[in-house]
Amino acid sequence: MRASDTLRFASYAAIGSPVRTLLLVLAMSIGVASVVMLTALGDGARRYVVDEFSSIGTNLVVVLPGRSETRGFNPANLVTSTPRDLTVSDAEALLRLSGVKRVAPLVVATAEVKAAGKLRESILIGTNADYAQLRNLKLSLGRFLTNTERGGSSPEVVLGALVRTELFGAHNPIGKSVRIGDRKYRVVGVLAEGGRGMGITSNDVVIVPIVSAQAMLNTNTLFRILIEANSREQINPVKARVLKTIIARHEGEEDITVIAQDAVLQTLDKILNVLTLGIAGIAAISLAVAGILVMNVMLVSVTQRTAEIGLLKALGATTDAVQQLFLFEALLLSVAGAVVGLWLGYLGSAFLRYLYPTFPAYPPLWAVLAGLSIALLAGLIFGVIPARRAARLDAIQALSKK
Amino acid sequence: MTDADTLIRLADIGRTFYLGDSQVQALRDIDLNIAQGEYIAVMGPSGSGKSTLLNILGLLDSADTGIYHLAGRDVTTLAADEQARVRSESVGFIFQSFHLVPRLTAAANIELPLMLAGIALDERARRVKQALHDYGLDARAAHRPNELSGGQRQRVAIARATVMRPTLLLADEPTGNLDRVTGEEVVNLLEALNAQGVTLIVVTHDQALGARARRQVKMDDGAIVSDTASNLAVKAAGNASL
Repeated sequence: MRASDTLRFASYAAIGSPVRTLLLVLAMSIGVASVVMLTALGDGARRYVVDEFSSIGTNLVVVLPGRSETRGFNPANLVTSTPRDLTVSDAEALLRLSGVKRVAPLVVATAEVKAAGKLRESILIGTNADYAQLRNLKLSLGRFLTNTERGGSSPEVVLGALVRTELFGAHNPIGKSVRIGDRKYRVVGVLAEGGRGMGITSNDVVIVPIVSAQAMLNTNTLFRILIEANSREQINPVKARVLKTIIARHEGEEDITVIAQDAVLQTLDKILNVLTLGIAGIAAISLAVAGILVMNVMLVSVTQRTAEIGLLKALGATTDAVQQLFLFEALLLSVAGAVVGLWLGYLGSAFLRYLYPTFPAYPPLWAVLAGLSIALLAGLIFGVIPARRAARLDAIQALSKK
Repeated sequence: MTDADTLIRLADIGRTFYLGDSQVQALRDIDLNIAQGEYIAVMGPSGSGKSTLLNILGLLDSADTGIYHLAGRDVTTLAADEQARVRSESVGFIFQSFHLVPRLTAAANIELPLMLAGIALDERARRVKQALHDYGLDARAAHRPNELSGGQRQRVAIARATVMRPTLLLADEPTGNLDRVTGEEVVNLLEALNAQGVTLIVVTHDQALGARARRQVKMDDGAIVSDTASNLAVKAAGNASL
């Protein structure tokens, strides 16, 4: 018997009982769809977090004041407060280290921004010109801060996209002045929309020179120092050098934490991957259930079609041929279920992305392939028993059944 | 009867079924020679073993004892798949209840044996078309069995049984589910096939149908009790005239 004939006969048999086929395909598709959607969720979460971190910049080393751990990364590191100040001169000292490409000191506060009679509370970031490159910030208008004018009479400010539209609407704000706190600033640039990182959207920020920000906030302390290493390989040496330098500057006390963004990323990536895998495993259980359903229905089908099996044997079908017919049918149902499920899963993922546009709920390729192959495997494994039963049927007894 | 003419040679065929503790001897010491092109009616009461004989002749069942030669080949101990091949190539079955696959059209039902034998598509299409035409089913090709009358169904079944051009046609009560007129038509078809040289063996209760065969084999309790061929003075001469 030819494979194409086996396929055709099996598909006619499947179409021949539409309700049974529909239910089976539905069961299998729900299994596959749940694998696709749940892994899309898990992988989406992973991607979201990783994106969030990597959008801070590449080859990044972050210096935080204070120390809560002697080793490794702890989420608490990101929010600790300081026993000893991290200062601008610390940052300047770091720039002289080998392997360091850029250094941006960082002060963060909330501030009231006023312009043209409108007032808005925004996040104030005090930093230097290198910050734009470090954070991969894009400008939609004007330019970023320069390092040439520090603390001038009318220092520069770069507005986030949202701040700009809220304060100036469609008007060009370049050259206009805004008041932040009690100081006047001249707008030199506007950030492009969409950038974000560390949970802060860069749409709702105003960026001013570090000295000016420190003066306004009446503080010498830095919130962070961001360092960009020359290359990925340089990250760890730079980390060590940074630590050593700061300890030396802080009278031998290790009161800072140095985090390589890369290490954080890898850890998070690993954790969330395992999480996704776990979710996929749970979803795969539904596939196994669907597989058992396939077996049940195929067993019933064999019983119902006993006379037909007897006839096929009388007409010269070998045991293998009969077995293949039923195996193909089980496989066909599984494949149909898998395809429909894939489609449903992608549809569901797209719907999730529609509901939460910032959440990248794309099913990972490995999960899609795994879901498909498990569905096929389930069809094959659970199809074998009914197919063997069909093939072993005694032709005479089968024929005598009406 | 020469060896070359002999299609079927059964020697000492016995078949015992075991039902729980009890044994049922369905066939005992059957000796039967059938020449190519014969027309035989196997008759007898229910449980006389005539269906078992038919099943063994059609290689659906194997004898426990004895030897079965089909077309000069010992087929007594063939493996299941070999038996299937012989059935596919040499034997056509016609059943009382037609045994058409309900979801398949008349044409697809007729095509089944060709498909199982792995014959090329265009050849299949040609043979099915011819068979539909031969049995007056041209207009019914795309109909499913439930859209056909009893006679049409049995014609489809006969077309299916003969589409592989078997040498042996086995019919188990072919008219059992048909009214007299339709039954007559079906028997005429079978006899026409026999006239073309196909060996026809009909199992039946129906005395009238049995009487139409040139040779009657009567069975009772698993044994042949009478065989009109042994009454014929010159068997070989009778066969030669076919």
